[in-house]
Amino acid sequence: MKHDFNELKLDRVTRRFAGAGGSAFNALNELSITVKRGEFIALLGPSGCGKSTALNCIAGLLPLSGGSIHLDKTRIDTLPPERRGFGMVFQNYALFPHMSVARNVGFGLKMRGVPQSEIAPRVANAMKLVQLVGQEHKLPGQLSGGQQQRVAIARAIVIEPPLILMDEPLSNLDAKLRIETRAEIRRIHRELDRATIYVTHDQDEALSLADRIVVMKDGVVQQIAPPREVYSQPANLHVARFMGYRNIVELPIEREEGDRVVLGGPDLYLTGLRKQALSDGHAVVAMRPEEITVLPRGVTGDGINIIEGRVDNVEYGGRDSLLDVVTPGGIKLHVRAAGMYNLGDDVRMQVPVERVLVYPHEWVAVK
Amino acid sequence: MASTALPASREPLARPSFDRSLLLVIPAAAFMILLFIYPFLYGLMLSFEPKDHPALWNYQHFFTTDNLWPTIWTTLRLAIPATLINVGLALPIAYKMRTKSRYQRWVTTILVIPITLGTVLIAEGMLTYFGPKGWLSQFLQLTHLYDGPIRLTHNYWGVLISLVVSGFPFAFLLILSYITGIDPVLARAAATLGADKRAQFREIYLPLLAPGLAMCFCLSFVQAFSVFPSAVLLGSPAGPTRVISIAAYEAAFEQYDYSLASAIAMLMGLVQLLIVAGVLGLRNLMYRGPVVGGKG
Repeated sequence: MKHDFNELKLDRVTRRFAGAGGSAFNALNELSITVKRGEFIALLGPSGCGKSTALNCIAGLLPLSGGSIHLDKTRIDTLPPERRGFGMVFQNYALFPHMSVARNVGFGLKMRGVPQSEIAPRVANAMKLVQLVGQEHKLPGQLSGGQQQRVAIARAIVIEPPLILMDEPLSNLDAKLRIETRAEIRRIHRELDRATIYVTHDQDEALSLADRIVVMKDGVVQQIAPPREVYSQPANLHVARFMGYRNIVELPIEREEGDRVVLGGPDLYLTGLRKQALSDGHAVVAMRPEEITVLPRGVTGDGINIIEGRVDNVEYGGRDSLLDVVTPGGIKLHVRAAGMYNLGDDVRMQVPVERVLVYPHEWVAVK
Repeated sequence: MASTALPASREPLARPSFDRSLLLVIPAAAFMILLFIYPFLYGLMLSFEPKDHPALWNYQHFFTTDNLWPTIWTTLRLAIPATLINVGLALPIAYKMRTKSRYQRWVTTILVIPITLGTVLIAEGMLTYFGPKGWLSQFLQLTHLYDGPIRLTHNYWGVLISLVVSGFPFAFLLILSYITGIDPVLARAAATLGADKRAQFREIYLPLLAPGLAMCFCLSFVQAFSVFPSAVLLGSPAGPTRVISIAAYEAAFEQYDYSLASAIAMLMGLVQLLIVAGVLGLRNLMYRGPVVGGKG
């Protein structure tokens, strides 16, 4: 087991499960990615997308059905989990309930045959890193959820693994604690300077933590890119939906000019950027609620991508509100806007050309 | 006014002064009092009222008579090994059966079948199978695997085997239910931390199972200690398997000395109580909380 490494290489990692009636389905289909030392990778997707399967395959808790995993030059997918030496943080923490916090944290060191005299200071160090000093002699059951989560992190990092695997570690925490612990995880990752692979279904978590995000759906990788790119340039409509492009409208294509596409409907006339090759006469536009601007009354705008409509619903959200705006033709758009709006107000809105993303329309049917 | 606000004194959510659902305890309590506590106290009183003797005579008699006091030792010599064998055999098999597999249901069913057979039926079967002219003996001699006389009935071994046959499924089911209650994620977490299969068992399963094993030991022991039918049918009730329940039976139904029989029964209960209390005392030293590793 090594503590340092340059890269972890997953090559077409596949995991099949037996389905109903003897059929098999791919829970994970040919995942290929190279993780460099120091990187923070988030596997993002809805439940059942294969992200936890991927993590368990890397940890050695699930055998692969195909592909290989290499840590530098060493092939590791044939090793049992105890010989891979990765630290793993489980969704339900999986702390040993009969051991004190200190023994939980020191467990990995004990299994490695580290002498007792060396275990104590290293455990103390890890406890300091997760800010749990003074809790060493408690049993896990006596700690709060957030503290248990930090014990689980301490237990995983104290063995100084080359790679830390985290399986939705924050999903059992309340909103405030989740944001605090998120920052902790990022800080710990920076201090250790190893690699972290983090599974989550929460795009905010993935965006704020990761250096690169792997978006998955039905076991298939949809996009691997830095957060900024996944956020602003989703590779396909599925990723767009998942990243908060709530306005998905199917429109007939009028013409294409370079990567610009002009689409026209009865009451929606939009110019957008093509993200994937378009085939027939229809396409789908995706827009974020916060990227549609409501124009102040009296401002007409420069004429491109102007949308008119009437406020149908207002959800007050403090700093701004989420409006449902219905166009005269009955298309409902979600728009985020500051200021006061009432039901029935007529509004004029505008959206920049580069923030109207155009995808082929068959994705709508596939969903 | 149409509104009918509740008067302030009648708070609907306040705890009533008497929880009437407590009345549901009455049938069970009556059952316990009539069928356990009363007979027990009656027997206890009776044991101190020997005919034509002072109050403690029965107990003196028991501990000074050569065919009475050794029955405690005789019974322990059967019950403790039988219990250790049952728990010791059930633990590895239940551990192996903890995960769902193709064989799990079949193996479990086969192992549990003896629990449905009465001790007398088991004894009858064993007499035919293990007896001097039984299948086992004939098979061994036919194949010349073992040519000497095989004596597995009407002695200590017959009773011990019967206690294992009838007690094993019980211990197995108990331990299986304890083991399947342990979150398998704990073992997986241990594996990622470097624990191989043996270490996972030693560090995770065994400590979490220990309180359950202690409980299983107690229940199995109590069951084995009160052995009676198989000691008579498969043992030699006059000699090496003259267990304490036989002594009580003889006092009650051959000498018609209910007072002495009650005293023997009380001593039998006392020995069981001492062993159980000792084991449960040890159990208190162990971790006994829930066996999952965090939130849900």
